[in-house]
Amino acid sequence: MSRILKWVRAHLVVLAGLLALAYLVLPNLVVLAFSFNKPVGKFNYEWNEFSTDAWTNPCGVADMCQSLSLSLQIAVLATIGATVLGTMVAFALARYRFRGRSATTAMIFLPMAMPEVVMAASLGTLFLNMRIPFGFTTILIAHIMFCLSFVVTAVKARVMSMDPRLEQAAQDLYATPVQTFLRVTLPLAAPGIAAGALLSFALSFDDFIITQFNSGPTTVTFPMFVWGASQRGIPVQVNVIGTAMFLAAVVLTVAGQWLGNRRKATA
Amino acid sequence: MTDQQRDAAAGGDVRLTGIGKTYGSFTAVHPLDLTVPQGSFFALLGASGCGKTTTLRMIAGLEEPTSGTVLIGGQDVTALPPYKRPVNTVFQSYALFPHLDIFENVAFGLRRRGKKDVKKQVEDMLELVELGQYARRKPHQLSGGQQQRVAVARALINHPQVLLLDEPLGALDLKLRRQMQLELKRIQTEVGITFVHVTHDQEEAMTMADTIAVMNGGRVEQLGAPADLYENPATTFVANFLGQSNLLPAEVTGTAGEDLLLSAAGTRLTVPKARCATDAKRVHLGVRPEKITITHVTEEVAEGRNALVGTVLDSSFIGVSTQYVVRTDGGQEVTVFEQNMERDARIVPGAGVRLHWNPAHSFALDASQAIDAGTGEEAA
Repeated sequence: MSRILKWVRAHLVVLAGLLALAYLVLPNLVVLAFSFNKPVGKFNYEWNEFSTDAWTNPCGVADMCQSLSLSLQIAVLATIGATVLGTMVAFALARYRFRGRSATTAMIFLPMAMPEVVMAASLGTLFLNMRIPFGFTTILIAHIMFCLSFVVTAVKARVMSMDPRLEQAAQDLYATPVQTFLRVTLPLAAPGIAAGALLSFALSFDDFIITQFNSGPTTVTFPMFVWGASQRGIPVQVNVIGTAMFLAAVVLTVAGQWLGNRRKATA
Repeated sequence: MTDQQRDAAAGGDVRLTGIGKTYGSFTAVHPLDLTVPQGSFFALLGASGCGKTTTLRMIAGLEEPTSGTVLIGGQDVTALPPYKRPVNTVFQSYALFPHLDIFENVAFGLRRRGKKDVKKQVEDMLELVELGQYARRKPHQLSGGQQQRVAVARALINHPQVLLLDEPLGALDLKLRRQMQLELKRIQTEVGITFVHVTHDQEEAMTMADTIAVMNGGRVEQLGAPADLYENPATTFVANFLGQSNLLPAEVTGTAGEDLLLSAAGTRLTVPKARCATDAKRVHLGVRPEKITITHVTEEVAEGRNALVGTVLDSSFIGVSTQYVVRTDGGQEVTVFEQNMERDARIVPGAGVRLHWNPAHSFALDASQAIDAGTGEEAA
């Protein structure tokens, strides 16, 4: 008995870790499993029979791949827009003292703190009153807006922790202001910028509430498509897309870790 | 003639005229004139906040002077940005680029000036600082002393007319610091470039520099060779900051030939006129602790020496010497360093002693100055 207790005590941390991992990964594994299901009827909730139909024909459902492509387009553009704008804002806030600086800091924080539905509705009202037709543009503007906060937060933290002497050293070593920015400042801020960009992409891609309030009749994003489909029964292909995204994320993370470790080991 | 020597010969003297810096109502550096001769090792010495680093940064171009001009090798660079000045800096805590390896750190300046084929030069420079095999490491993988050498190499490879060093050894432990002091001095002699070195460590300044400017409160208190500053301090700040001094309040009572007669708490003392920096009536008579001989009160003192009688308060053995604190009969506390050669066993705390020294080893300063300036204990 005491030996068992001892073993448990020695492995408690590992056990807790594995439980947490299971908690996080299990839903994804269910999605993965049901992507190989051949459901009876409209709903893909009960296991029936193994099939690769959905994987061999991922765009077999009407409108789904268009919505996926729309979501990817918006996510990419929103990521670029928010990252460029957010990086500039972060540098301004971290480096300069100007009138309205503290107000800006507070406003940047708002989209993260405010209930999404409130922001979605007020944005919708704004676009309506400004007579901007709902569609691709309004979705993009909305996404850039809420992604901006995350980029600013990530980049600002990085810039604040950077030693100002590094840039002075670059200037002292004959680097012009442009060269200093490109050769020293940007590479040093890059991890923060990358983190902000990745967050932006993920947030934009799977946003539903804000998109719902600001999209037009023909702009159905992937999350909106899934929502709509869930009323009638979600097609198996949605599981395929979900699984593919999950695997892509896992591969990217593992590759990143591996590269980081290798660089550390060889350097 | 090597490249370095040619560049240095092209003129590496630094001339500061009326240069000053104020931040709002705070004056960091009062307008000062300073000339650093080409090829010299010049130290700006002072406590933190005395304006020494600001002065250095104005030479580098990282700080814009409020007034005055900076001339390097005869060329007015006051309006030039740092990347156009023929100077390089070794920063405090080195400021090595963490995302670049050692090779690229050292090559940075050459590449920015559009030099191709930097490999040979960088490798030679890394050999000079004995870091050849570390070229592909990142800065954080090196020890403090190695990083310091990279910082020096990164600056020197550009053959600047002037090398600026901002507390370059501050982050190193004592033993390594001693070693690097000699190393830097060796490199400076080898390349012949003008070095301007900022430090708060008086021993470091005295070990390395040809000329020291002691700064205090944004002003240069005194400028000179280390030995000159040590033997002939012009102010109480210099007397206390550079080494240790005993300063005794005294009154001038008259003259005798080349000597000035003084009275300190009733005791008659003398000091050569030449070593008196003031013509005030009230002075501080200064004498360094190692110049004083301590003998038991029963011993006679030779004619012509300054002598004080007192009681030993404390003695501490430091290895090469013994440090005594003596309270004189006049109520002054005097510190004495005595070489551990023939120690008199009678000189213990509580014993009566005579302190005496050659009058030529003392100096007199104007008593209107704070007697404890530069001790680190003065009232703020």
